[in-house]
Amino acid sequence: MLKNRIIPCLDVKDGRVVKGINFVELKDAGDPVEQAKIYSDSGADEICFLDITASNENRETIIEIVRKTAKECFVPLTVGGGVRTIQNITDLLLAGADKVSINTAAVKNVDFVKEASKKFGSQCIVVAIDAKKVSENKWEVFTHGGRNKTGIDAVEFAKKVEENGAGEILLTSMDKDGTKSGYDIDLLKTITKSTNIPVIASGGVGTLDHLYDGIVKGGASAVLAASIFHYGEYKIKDAKEYLNSKNVSVRL
Amino acid sequence: MNVTIVDYQSGNISSVINSFTEVAKGKVNLEVTSDIKKITCSDKIVLPGQGSFKSCVDSLNQIKGLVDTLKEFAITNKKPLLGICVGLQMFADIGYEEAETKGLGWISGRVSKIDNQKGKFKLPHIGWNEIEIQKESKIFKDIKNKSHMYFVHSYEFIPKDKSVISATTDYSSKIVCSVEKDNLFGTQFHPEKSDKIGLKVIDNFLKL
Repeated sequence: MLKNRIIPCLDVKDGRVVKGINFVELKDAGDPVEQAKIYSDSGADEICFLDITASNENRETIIEIVRKTAKECFVPLTVGGGVRTIQNITDLLLAGADKVSINTAAVKNVDFVKEASKKFGSQCIVVAIDAKKVSENKWEVFTHGGRNKTGIDAVEFAKKVEENGAGEILLTSMDKDGTKSGYDIDLLKTITKSTNIPVIASGGVGTLDHLYDGIVKGGASAVLAASIFHYGEYKIKDAKEYLNSKNVSVRL
Repeated sequence: MNVTIVDYQSGNISSVINSFTEVAKGKVNLEVTSDIKKITCSDKIVLPGQGSFKSCVDSLNQIKGLVDTLKEFAITNKKPLLGICVGLQMFADIGYEEAETKGLGWISGRVSKIDNQKGKFKLPHIGWNEIEIQKESKIFKDIKNKSHMYFVHSYEFIPKDKSVISATTDYSSKIVCSVEKDNLFGTQFHPEKSDKIGLKVIDNFLKL
């Protein structure tokens, strides 16, 4: 049977790994290539790089990191942040990324998702949705790392990107991100039930129980986390053994 | 030994190149090309494939003489060829992704969308799944039954002759995930993305 995936995410700025608390307070914590290799050797099911400054700075840095990482890690590598054009996707894939995640550009123009999935195949197009709760059971899409409000309903948008060929959704709760209080399970449940493509849960993991909740209560196919792995609180192996002990199937 | 990864300008083959380069280090001369002369002179061929069945077949056909060269290599001369993902699917007679499209017809069968039981199973089938080995295959040497491999696909190859199936995986039904017929090998999963165990599959192919 298909295993639930555990995906460590490395936020990269200026070629270094950082993890923001609510995207503001950044801490420098290491070389991305080395970190990715450690994760892959310790059983990560995929690796995710998020270039958090890609919107403003030149893209060569992340491409170089992807190129180096892809030569050493033989598990899937997803790269996101500032992916706006077909050329951006081509560059990342040629550097060795297996999937790219599109955020702002998908919100601005959903046809971009269609064009990208037609050109490269749905298997490598992930749409990253940053959602914030606006009222009971209602979430809105935000862009630019949570700075800009769009007025777009997150559930409707998730359905729309699926129709347009997205292969997966990377769903981040802006309310939960950096809080370590767990995923927004209601948001997750609503989106996983409204769509037929895999959803990766993101934003808010502080304990291994949160991973369990994301999969079992939220219906996520994969769980993404950054700081709990990054600062060594838990190893990937701990997470897998814990989930396995609670009858959640993982690749051990 | 000369091994060629066929680059026919379809999809992302960087990971295939990276993993084969890693395994081939110093042992095998690796080429990435669509040059027909080089393909003819190779000892082994890797046929990757990403995107849709139709887009891959169309891209193969766009390179003059490529399909005939591959056929001569694999069918007439019976030299080892490994198809990965859509590279395997194209062995079939026909595929139904995007539009009904004629395949290479090397292993009789069709490529259809996975029956997801009315949404019960999400598509694409993405992630790590166990392979169930159905028959001894040279590329599974020293690989344990129920090993995990990385999958990403929505369509499955259904061969007519079930004896070509070397492994299946369970996702809504038993999906064919590996075939071996004489010198033809194919994996639906991505050995290049399947960690150490995937590199072992590649190593087995290179050691044939």
